[in-house]
Amino acid sequence: MLLINCPWCGPRDEMEFHCGGESHIACATSADRASDAEWADYLFNRSNPKGLILERWVHDGGCRSWFNIARDTVTHEIRLVYKMDEPRPGDELAGSGAPR
Amino acid sequence: MSGARVHGGALIDRSRPLGCSFEGRRLTAYAGDTLASALLANGASVVGRSFKYHRPRGLLAAGVEEPNALMRVGRSEQIATNLRATEVELWDGLEAWPINCWPNARFDLGAVNNLFSRFIPAGFYYKTFMWPHWGLFEPFIRKAAGLGVAPDQPDPSRYETRHAHCDVLIVGAGPAGLSAALAADAGGKRVILVEQDPALGGSLLDEDKAFIDGRLSDDWLSEAKASLGAARDVRVLTRTTATGYFDHNCLSLLERVPREPTRPNLPSERLWIVRAQKVVLATGALERPLVFPGNDRPGVMLASAVRNYLSRFGVLAGQQVVIFTNNDSAYAAAVAIQEAGGKILAVVDIRAARPPEVTKRLAKLGAPLLEGARVVATRGRPSLTEVDILEATGRRRRIKADLLAMSGGWNPTAHLHCQSGGRLAWDEAIAAFRPGARAQAEVSVGAANGVFGLGAAMTEGARAGGGSEPATSGTASPWTIEPLWRVAAKGKAFVDFQNDVTVSDIELAARESFISVEHLKRYTTLGMAPDQGKTSNVNGLAVMAELTGRSIPETGTTRFRFPYTPTAFGALAGRARGELFRPYRRLPTHDRQHAAGAVLEEYGGWLRPAYYRRVGETPHAAEQREAMSVRTGVGLFDGSPLGKIEVVGTDAASFLDRLYANSMSTLKVGRARYGLMLNEVGVVIDDGVTTRLAEDRFLVGTTSGGAERISSWMDEWLQCEWPTLDVLIAPVTTAWAVLTLTGPQARAVLQSVGGDIDLSPAAFPHMAYREGRVAGHQARVLRASFTGEVSFEVSVAWDQAEDLWDRLAQAGAPFGMAPVGIDAWMLLRTEKGYLHVGTDTDGSTAPADIGWERTFRRRDEFIGRRSLTRPDNLRTDRHQLVGLEGLEPVALTPGGHVRGGALAAGSEGYVTSSGFSPILGRGVALGMLKGGSRRHGEVLTVVTGPDKGRRVRVTAPGAYDPQGERLNG
Repeated sequence: MLLINCPWCGPRDEMEFHCGGESHIACATSADRASDAEWADYLFNRSNPKGLILERWVHDGGCRSWFNIARDTVTHEIRLVYKMDEPRPGDELAGSGAPR
Repeated sequence: MSGARVHGGALIDRSRPLGCSFEGRRLTAYAGDTLASALLANGASVVGRSFKYHRPRGLLAAGVEEPNALMRVGRSEQIATNLRATEVELWDGLEAWPINCWPNARFDLGAVNNLFSRFIPAGFYYKTFMWPHWGLFEPFIRKAAGLGVAPDQPDPSRYETRHAHCDVLIVGAGPAGLSAALAADAGGKRVILVEQDPALGGSLLDEDKAFIDGRLSDDWLSEAKASLGAARDVRVLTRTTATGYFDHNCLSLLERVPREPTRPNLPSERLWIVRAQKVVLATGALERPLVFPGNDRPGVMLASAVRNYLSRFGVLAGQQVVIFTNNDSAYAAAVAIQEAGGKILAVVDIRAARPPEVTKRLAKLGAPLLEGARVVATRGRPSLTEVDILEATGRRRRIKADLLAMSGGWNPTAHLHCQSGGRLAWDEAIAAFRPGARAQAEVSVGAANGVFGLGAAMTEGARAGGGSEPATSGTASPWTIEPLWRVAAKGKAFVDFQNDVTVSDIELAARESFISVEHLKRYTTLGMAPDQGKTSNVNGLAVMAELTGRSIPETGTTRFRFPYTPTAFGALAGRARGELFRPYRRLPTHDRQHAAGAVLEEYGGWLRPAYYRRVGETPHAAEQREAMSVRTGVGLFDGSPLGKIEVVGTDAASFLDRLYANSMSTLKVGRARYGLMLNEVGVVIDDGVTTRLAEDRFLVGTTSGGAERISSWMDEWLQCEWPTLDVLIAPVTTAWAVLTLTGPQARAVLQSVGGDIDLSPAAFPHMAYREGRVAGHQARVLRASFTGEVSFEVSVAWDQAEDLWDRLAQAGAPFGMAPVGIDAWMLLRTEKGYLHVGTDTDGSTAPADIGWERTFRRRDEFIGRRSLTRPDNLRTDRHQLVGLEGLEPVALTPGGHVRGGALAAGSEGYVTSSGFSPILGRGVALGMLKGGSRRHGEVLTVVTGPDKGRRVRVTAPGAYDPQGERLNG
């Protein structure tokens, strides 16, 4: 069971949260101009990486706030928690600091 | 085998005898005994039958690893099965029975399987029962499979769940674990120390007395206990097993709560969920059996278990004893047996040489040593009487003995380390796996880390408890070992006692190429079930390694899984069972519902009236009567579960425009509008009536089941996608109770309870909203209708609902008003063709499928808009909502399939809602039909099961008052 550090409430048990899937999903073009293929890609396709993923969670058993985390899908290590209005993290997460 | 009570026994209290029984025979026992020690003390040799061959079995071990002595324990209504006798602490009045045998353990009819054992090798059922088909044999195999019989009554025990946090969680209170706890406490840490036995001490209770810090080990142990007991931030949990190690240092502990006759409400077990900064695993090591023909005969035991029964319970397992070993540790057991009065007849050591201390011990024993020899067979029925030995010279020798104590080496108990994601590393020096690379903040110390010396283990524990890394990895073992994985000789040599897996089964698996350990496990069942390979795992994979010419580390281990020891389902459920599993929510008028004769059922988590029972009335008659009273007079309905969300802010209108498939910003204050919500794929997810309370304030109505889902949905979009909008979302479902008056007389009833709202049709038209006083209560009143009749939805504060209900009921009495249940409510809306999202729609229904083509014409952006023109949403054969007019005077069955002319065409749709309309005198139904919106007028057939079919005419959804004129009365 994960221990998730809610940016508003502090570390809480996973059972207080729900995962909303991968973050930073946007359609390459505006919805109106997107081709059927582009739109389907936006709706249905996710990266599903083995390794680091950026995903959004909601503390619905607590403050009801949404936020983002960077989680390693292999070790379940949470490398970073950042608020909705903070920018997408860049290369600083690429290095492996995960204990194995 | 002739076990008997001798002197000593650190855990028993000889002044407190207990009355217990096994197979109905009385056992002499003392407080502190386990069922296993009492059986042994009372001379019981056969305590159960094996899983597959029903071979007689005795005790092999003394701890959680015991594979044979599985018991049904309890009295009358309170029975638990498959408990290990070694873990059952006796209480006065306990009754125990062996499992998997009939009529009893010594004489078991199932033992006939043993005669046919060559016809039932590993995987036999996969091969044998394929013709004519598996299903023919399955019931018999299912009956034969498994061990104990599950009780057929609900478990009367109480269970509790507790959550805890600590800086350091220490698993195991042997010398290493105690040292860790003392050091952690000295460092000011919050500590939880867990011990699966009733007493602290671990190996200190069993092994030779030693000096620790200049004191005798017994004194050191007493002081350690006192010190930890007095510590403020140390919680010591005995009788508690750490069963699981999950992500982020979350562990599950199972605490067995001892019975206290004066406290009948104590739980029988507590499940602890612990989050620890750091975990110290001081879980010790488990002794391995040796694998030789006849090694499962009662009277063959682990050497450490024999010693354990002596030191803890004062029970000597046998009198005439042979030792069989491949390492030094069994010699200490031999000395202890001799000191307790047992006679060591021979020590069979496979090795040619031993360290000098061992030779010294041997001299003290005075027993003959058979160097380089091995046990090749055992004899005796049902328990051991003779041991056959093959000496180094090739000579065979037979010794009469009633106990064979064996030691095949020691496996560090690394289950939790592995569950946490840690790796294992093979250590040649101890011929065992020990913890390797770690994945979480945990450290193994002492025997669990393969460090067996007392001093070294304690040093390691103290360092770990103090927050340092252990510095002792690679410490020389205090004993030497020469691995022996199997004795090559004729006869059944058991690797896994619990699952009846022999060396020949592993040979078969190797021959058939099931050489991966995970395949080996599943093919032969090696290491499965409650045992989880505690005694069998390493022996099994080592045999496979030998057979395939690979090294043991190359062969690898199977995955270690939760739980370490079997756990009752009740313990996992805790208090969340029965009524507390998912507590129902109650209407604000719950008590009034009972008084009105409501038959309550669960709808979306709410307990609501299905119908109101009158004397002599069937449920169907009640539904028909209630529906008619709405059509011809007036009905009263508690609609409080209806989802209510207030959306407030300068951007509230624009926010709702984006959320709804229709526009809300054009709504005038004091008016209401029906709206449809889609997800991004363009599927209908909810509907409801939204009211504009003020320029910047809306009250969004959702379906009763969608209240929480939709407010979460709004939150996600607002916070994640449109964070700059000035909007506040407040779920107010349970702030406002809603009592609905519906029917041609609704206005008259509402007028008669008094109030300051002008209810005339001109002043208060359909889909309008007013605030004011109703029957003395501040109320919000909405004219919206789910029945097609004039309706007033009166909302008051939740706690005023009962008073309003009483006043409305009183006022309605002269009009013959009846309360209306969900059954009639659903019938009324089906007559009207009003859809119910989730009943008439599913996860593929687009707005155009339910007659909302207008969504195509909307110009501005809203959720799901782009998906409306996805190719799949433009198919002409999509399932679309239609009315189905029964041409015969019966109701259709929901779920029934709609068929056209050609049988080959298959199902063209299905009935989603149905009932018998009392006002129309015929069946009314809604359904989803391929291309349905263009097929009005067609006559089709609805098929349900073997039914020949009912003829229906396809219509528009509304059957009653299709023009909706009655709404405006």
